[in-house]
Amino acid sequence: MDLDYFKLIDRIVDLNLDEKKITVEAQVPAAHTIFEGHFPGFPIMPGVLLTEAMAQSSGWLILGVMKFERMPFLAIVKEAKMRGFVPPGTLLTIEAKLEHEGSGFAVTKAKGRAGKDLKCSAEITFGLAPFPDASMRGYMDAMAAKIGFPLQAITND
Amino acid sequence: MSSTFDQIANIIAETCDIPRDTIKPESHAIDDLGIDSLDFLDIAFAIDKAFGIKMPLEKWTQEVNDGKATTEQYFVLQNLADRIDELVAAKNAAPGA
Repeated sequence: MDLDYFKLIDRIVDLNLDEKKITVEAQVPAAHTIFEGHFPGFPIMPGVLLTEAMAQSSGWLILGVMKFERMPFLAIVKEAKMRGFVPPGTLLTIEAKLEHEGSGFAVTKAKGRAGKDLKCSAEITFGLAPFPDASMRGYMDAMAAKIGFPLQAITND
Repeated sequence: MSSTFDQIANIIAETCDIPRDTIKPESHAIDDLGIDSLDFLDIAFAIDKAFGIKMPLEKWTQEVNDGKATTEQYFVLQNLADRIDELVAAKNAAPGA
């Protein structure tokens, strides 16, 4: 995770477009100023960041399903549940599944685990829009390469 | 079995916390019920799931923006129910349905 730049996903472990599921890993940093305030002497990942990590995981799944033709933007978070504390240094495994692909929107369900322990879950809705510009698309391509997005999964039909 | 309109009205009432008895077939989802685009995403998800369809919201929006259709054609609830019935019929008539 690079919390300063809001890059919460480190690597894609598995992307299954047939089942419309993704598994990613996200390493919570051992130290960050966020933990100095949240909370002094009791550092834990803020729930909003866990929610964002689930949203980013879902976003990569949707990008894959839509073959990078549309950009998902977070619209609705439902049933967000923080089920346990996530301290610094935790390796999170986040799974997301596409529940529905509508016209101009998509809905996922995501779960984050530390080992076998379920730490967070949510149902997340995204609006789907064209990439704002080529620069944004290029940025997402670079990010995809960095986190190991399996581009062959969307090119070998 | 309840009518398509009744199913839509129930979804809207539950999703948007609008009293069910205020939702009429002649109600306009936006102008009368005040449903915004974000709430409509929720409604569309629920309708898609309930009827096993994919409402072509983007196509409808484009038609309205292009002046080829009015919002009443899609967002007056009885009209929306009719559009949904057409989508369900088309789905059932499709090969392999």
